Amino acid sequence: MPILPFASQFLETLLAVLAAPLLIGWVNQCRAWLQNRSAPGLLQPYRVIRKLFRKESVLAQNASPLFRLTPYVVFGSMILAVSIVPLVATGLPLSPVADVIALVGLLAFARVFMALAAMDVGTAFGSLGARREMLVAALAEPALLMVFFMPSLIAQSTSLTTIVETLAHRPFALYPSLAFAAVAFVMVLLAENARIPIDNPATHLELTMIHEAMILEYSGRHLALMEWAHALKLVIYFTIGIALFLPWGIAEAGNWIAIPLAIVALAVKLAVGGAALAVLESVSVKLRIFRAPEFLATAFLLAVLGMLTHVLLGAGT
Amino acid sequence: MIVTAQAINFIAALLLLVAFAMLSQRRIRALVNLFAVQGVLLTASTLLTASGTGQTHLYYSAALTLILKVFVLPLILHRLVRRLQLTGDVEMLINTATTMLVGIVLVIVAFNLALPISEFAGTITRGTLGIALACVLLAFLMMITRRKAVAQVIGFLSMENGLFFAATSITYGMPMVVELGIGLDVLVGTFVFGVFFFRIRETFDSLDIHHLERLRER
Repeated sequence: MPILPFASQFLETLLAVLAAPLLIGWVNQCRAWLQNRSAPGLLQPYRVIRKLFRKESVLAQNASPLFRLTPYVVFGSMILAVSIVPLVATGLPLSPVADVIALVGLLAFARVFMALAAMDVGTAFGSLGARREMLVAALAEPALLMVFFMPSLIAQSTSLTTIVETLAHRPFALYPSLAFAAVAFVMVLLAENARIPIDNPATHLELTMIHEAMILEYSGRHLALMEWAHALKLVIYFTIGIALFLPWGIAEAGNWIAIPLAIVALAVKLAVGGAALAVLESVSVKLRIFRAPEFLATAFLLAVLGMLTHVLLGAGT
Repeated sequence: MIVTAQAINFIAALLLLVAFAMLSQRRIRALVNLFAVQGVLLTASTLLTASGTGQTHLYYSAALTLILKVFVLPLILHRLVRRLQLTGDVEMLINTATTMLVGIVLVIVAFNLALPISEFAGTITRGTLGIALACVLLAFLMMITRRKAVAQVIGFLSMENGLFFAATSITYGMPMVVELGIGLDVLVGTFVFGVFFFRIRETFDSLDIHHLERLRER
């Protein structure tokens, strides 16, 4: 059995898991710059996670085993998801395991566990957060699937690694459908990662929380894992976006020389993407929760429109 | 040639996007600005078609579009909005999500209608006929779902944009005389509508066309 591909798969996943809090730190830093504050430092998320791991984990008396299990399930499925997405190289051993539809399923799996755990303890805020999260998720998921179908139609495959290889090596062509898909994807990314138009990651007001309200009951190492999984989710969405819409610079299967370059390209793309996210968050206002369906319906509509233009205008002919 | 066709397709897709943005827009001023954006896109696509095919008369219609639909008409509309003191949201008859879904159905209908027609056309932009048709239908839908007269007039003007785009995409534009005539018609129409708005408001104290349904004196 060849050991090298598996080793590189392991290293790639490890890189993503370790670098995930850095992306959150970078986005926070950019946001702080835009708001004329002094930034808390790039490594702040690592310090928070280290602090949480050292602290004692307090459980509610009526918490079921599901409540304890959930942080590990969520963190584990995020690791699996990040291994499926081609980050620096295509054709790694884990990439044929799941296609984009299974990836959406995996993210939904983690979300369902999170919502169940939030409802498990029986506090008002937990179940409120869980319900809101499911409302947003139920609307974001069809939009996300529609977004994925467009590159799949172009590449004639739902496997992410095939899509990336096809898109990275095509002759230059303007795909109107991909532009639609990219806008829709950004909207879904904002909604799914508890970013500003839908949810405010920096809020301390329980009534406006979605994601924060769900993990309100967690503490210690459980909270650390939840926070880390949340950072990983942002990395997953960013890398999916990069893989679908900006795939240039990724290393091909078996091309070891291109890997350092691919890592640099990925870092640059993530840095630019993170800064763009901070700008987007700074210029938009948080929507009322009842306007969230409208926001996500627009994302779905854009994805459907992209599909229609793909059918009508063809693949750039 | 291929690049030009792709760029035109891309602009056509953006036009469709703007049509949907207009459909969902609640603010009247933003609606006027979107109308101006539509004019810019129309100018760009006409210029690209002109340079791609060597049809010189298209340059004139692009210039006409630029002057009329990007500068003159939005300025007139902005002035009207300011003088009528229209601020805040425009009420819609149906909620946005439903309007959007109806819009998608209209786009599908338009695309299906356009497919057999565009097969007979020999132009490089024939694929965009469906989008032009969809823009016309969406503008029509916007006129139906809005209550205020100004929004309806913007819908009317954007419908004309869609028709213009259809003409350029299927036959490389109409004869110059026709185009000039339509351009002047739209201009005069806007003036007449402007006068109408003031009359409607004087009579009913509102621009809600709901009041026009009753014909008798109270």
